Amino acid sequence: MIAELGLAALWLAAALAGLQLLAGVVGLRDSGARIAALVRPAAVVQALLCALAFGALLLLFIRTDLSVALVARNSHSAKPFIFKLAGTWGNHEGSMLLWVSVMALAGGLIGLLERRLPERTMIATLAAQAFVGLGFYAFLLFSSNPFERLAQPPAEGMGLNPLLQDIGLAMHPPTLYMGYVGLSVAFSFAVGALLTRQVTPDFAKVMRPWVLGAWIFLTLGITAGSYWAYYELGWGGWWFWDPVENASLMPWLAATALLHSASVLASRDALRAWTIMLGVIAFSMSMLGTFLVRSGILTSVHAFAVDPERGTFILALLALNVGGALLLFAMRANTISEGQRFSVLSREGALVVNNVALSAILGIVLLGTLYPLLTEAFDVKVSVGPPYFNPVGAIFFLPMLVVLAIGPLLRWRRDSFERIQSPVVAIAVVALAVLAGVYFIAGIALLPLLGLTLAAAVAVASFLPLRGRSLRRLPSPVWGMVVAHFGVAVALFGMASDTAFQQERLVAAEVGDTIEDGPWAITLVSVEPAAGPNWTALEATLAASYKGGTPSIIRPQARSFWTPPQETSEVALLTRWNGQLYAALGGEAEGDRWQLRLWWKPFVTWIWYGGVLIALGGLLALIGRLAGDLKRRNARAQIALRRETTA
Amino acid sequence: MIGFIRRPRCRSHPAAGKPRVHEPLRRGFAFVGIAMLILSCLAIPTSAQDTLPPAPYAYTQIDDPELEAKAMALMETLRCLKCQSQSIADSDAPMAGDMRHQVRSRIAAGESPEQVRAWLVARYGDYVSYKPAVSSTTWPLFAIPLLLLALVAFILFRRLGRTR
Amino acid sequence: MTWFRWIMLGLAIGLFGLFAYQLSQPKDEFIHSAMIGETIPPFDLPPAVADRPGLSSADLADGQPKLLNVFASWCVPCAAEAPNLARLEAAGADIVAVAIRDRPEDVARFLATYGNPFTRIGKDDISAVQLSIGSSGVPETFVIDGDGVIRYQHMGDIRDEHVPVLLAELREAGE
Repeated sequence: MIAELGLAALWLAAALAGLQLLAGVVGLRDSGARIAALVRPAAVVQALLCALAFGALLLLFIRTDLSVALVARNSHSAKPFIFKLAGTWGNHEGSMLLWVSVMALAGGLIGLLERRLPERTMIATLAAQAFVGLGFYAFLLFSSNPFERLAQPPAEGMGLNPLLQDIGLAMHPPTLYMGYVGLSVAFSFAVGALLTRQVTPDFAKVMRPWVLGAWIFLTLGITAGSYWAYYELGWGGWWFWDPVENASLMPWLAATALLHSASVLASRDALRAWTIMLGVIAFSMSMLGTFLVRSGILTSVHAFAVDPERGTFILALLALNVGGALLLFAMRANTISEGQRFSVLSREGALVVNNVALSAILGIVLLGTLYPLLTEAFDVKVSVGPPYFNPVGAIFFLPMLVVLAIGPLLRWRRDSFERIQSPVVAIAVVALAVLAGVYFIAGIALLPLLGLTLAAAVAVASFLPLRGRSLRRLPSPVWGMVVAHFGVAVALFGMASDTAFQQERLVAAEVGDTIEDGPWAITLVSVEPAAGPNWTALEATLAASYKGGTPSIIRPQARSFWTPPQETSEVALLTRWNGQLYAALGGEAEGDRWQLRLWWKPFVTWIWYGGVLIALGGLLALIGRLAGDLKRRNARAQIALRRETTA
Repeated sequence: MIGFIRRPRCRSHPAAGKPRVHEPLRRGFAFVGIAMLILSCLAIPTSAQDTLPPAPYAYTQIDDPELEAKAMALMETLRCLKCQSQSIADSDAPMAGDMRHQVRSRIAAGESPEQVRAWLVARYGDYVSYKPAVSSTTWPLFAIPLLLLALVAFILFRRLGRTR
Repeated sequence: MTWFRWIMLGLAIGLFGLFAYQLSQPKDEFIHSAMIGETIPPFDLPPAVADRPGLSSADLADGQPKLLNVFASWCVPCAAEAPNLARLEAAGADIVAVAIRDRPEDVARFLATYGNPFTRIGKDDISAVQLSIGSSGVPETFVIDGDGVIRYQHMGDIRDEHVPVLLAELREAGE
């Protein structure tokens, strides 16, 4: 009953999307048409229906209704409640339903609340949103129906894999999806503005909160994914330039550029073409990523359950949406007039460099990720990994960091070098001091050395915009900028430090042995069997003491599950402010010894602290913008009210 | 003797010419890399793993820390052939361990990392190395970033130089 | 800079074409050996079982073309290809083998169950020989000519349709 209700709601929502598109197209041609007035209500009702459909799926999972195929495949009556809930989106069909639901919700909110733009642009935006949405509805209804019933419900579900019952993993998809869908809104706004030739600061102001929101979620999603891989996969790696990782990074790079570009358009009416192009590119990268990870076309350790048929469907959507938007962009090129002029040494100038550098890095990541696919068409297999991405990316990333340090200090429109001379000199002094210091004290490789230097420079530079300003009256978006840029420095510092200074020890230790790893002395106290609800393990007890201090006990495990049978390594982490001790237990070695793998990773946690800081900066900026918008809205309402009463 | 961290990564060859496997039963296990690894292993009973101990240098470091650092840096850029996409430094597959043994023994014997890489590439082609070499099939990988650099310079000079 | 936008569109279309093409191709998951045409590197492996001698590179350069089968007792497709290996042996092929990471008793048990078409079996406990000839898994079968040059690599188990192919390659290697 509930499944049929959900399916019906989904069909109706799709029909409403069709109506929204039709009404939008007619409305664009003839703005007086009555049907055009249906666009906004259609968006709102579509959102409600989608919410109903998703709610139905949630309910089916909560109740573990095994007559529904999706639930039977992915859930189990003995699962803890929270993982039953998370199981709703932890599969292909459910996650697609989540995607369209969030898209519909976003469309509904825009339809309900957004009045700042000319009505024609809004109609075009909502029509574009409906067009994109229809593709996904078709995908869901014709190829990935979440509400399919089983003729004979099984006695029990199949989804009790303990590895999937991890809260980090459960939250990873929705976080990234909020990001991707937010970018689809930006895409629709860009297409709407292109169609109606309204590339204005107002358009950027309306689009900006959506981009900010999406970007915050993407930042958190990537940060969380990196940390999960770090502690779960057992090898202490946090980024491998794996195709699926790149698929989430590319939209983030485009979104970061879009964010900055939209801000320039909003406040200075410049970078019009850039903003539109980035709006299209950002969502294109999301769709490309979806295609790459679900079609099975690339080999990756993170690859989802893949299906070339679904891949073909997504490719068709990709070609239609992205191809269409790029075509529109090319055809309307001459009608986006030049924005305000600005000089080289200005904040706009720095942001142009920012846009260009981020786009170049995006291009390189795209090239490296897709290159093996290209050569395979010629029957040649190559591998492109960190030894390519790190140096080639650095060519564009490192100079960009220099501009990141100096850019926020520049004034809009035109600035002079004399005015910023002292802060620039201060930053340069810090950078050179760190460079020389690290180089002479600890000879490390060039890339981490430059990383540390620039991290120090950006860290200092990110606070310099605060000087001479009243901290209490500082607008929230400025705090956001400071915190986010500082977060970049923190994350970069963590990455460079871990790369350059980590120390690994691989030993076959006897009980009672003490191993030295950097400043740590680790003693193997015992190796004992341990057991859990559905696993048995060998658990090592290690006493680790930092520079001769009191030892802390950590217990890495080599764990064996039996339903389904598999073996995992549960690493043990000991976190200090200046790094982490990472310990993993292996198998038995000869002579009653045990394989131990130990790492001292200085400042590695700063990578993820930095990521959280970046997202926090974005949140501060978003709050500031939304509060500002609300204030302006209230002020306008007040003025309107006063006019009415005095009239 | 069990391997270091026992995560089965067995991949005997799938039958030649078989189209890409759909594994419809497991479609629900989306989003989990580990699940994918399990998938490839449940096709083969877990008892059908080799029973011999890992190669001597699979889990032992070279005594000289400089040589070990060189070997480690190299191993992080060599691809495990039986895994979906991991370096041999990050894999518990027995073959990855055997490859690590080869790398460490050769480095300990005095070979340079590039010589060891060349030895492996001579056997498996460029696929085994994550560091693409400049060749007739990979020159666009290096030409395009140079082109991008030129394009960036062009855009910046044109856009910013104009308004001086 | 309108030309730039058209280039972007063109690149995008090209990319979609590439994706469509690749989606239509069956995925070739094998990593082929790059040693085809090269002489087999020198090695000398001890016997894997009591009733067959070990295998060395000298044995493979004795003037007679051979099939080199890389297998293991813990490999399921290796059991599946046993009947076809027997057919190859019956057709006159000289088949030698390398047992990867296998205990003698396990190899003996495997051969007792599935038959033993091999004239020599080398014991490769650390996959050293497997790595040196560019083999990336089990089972694989190589055609080696009389001078010890690797002429052909068959990856995966030997199915019925592969038997005549291997015999033809073997004959060619003998000329």
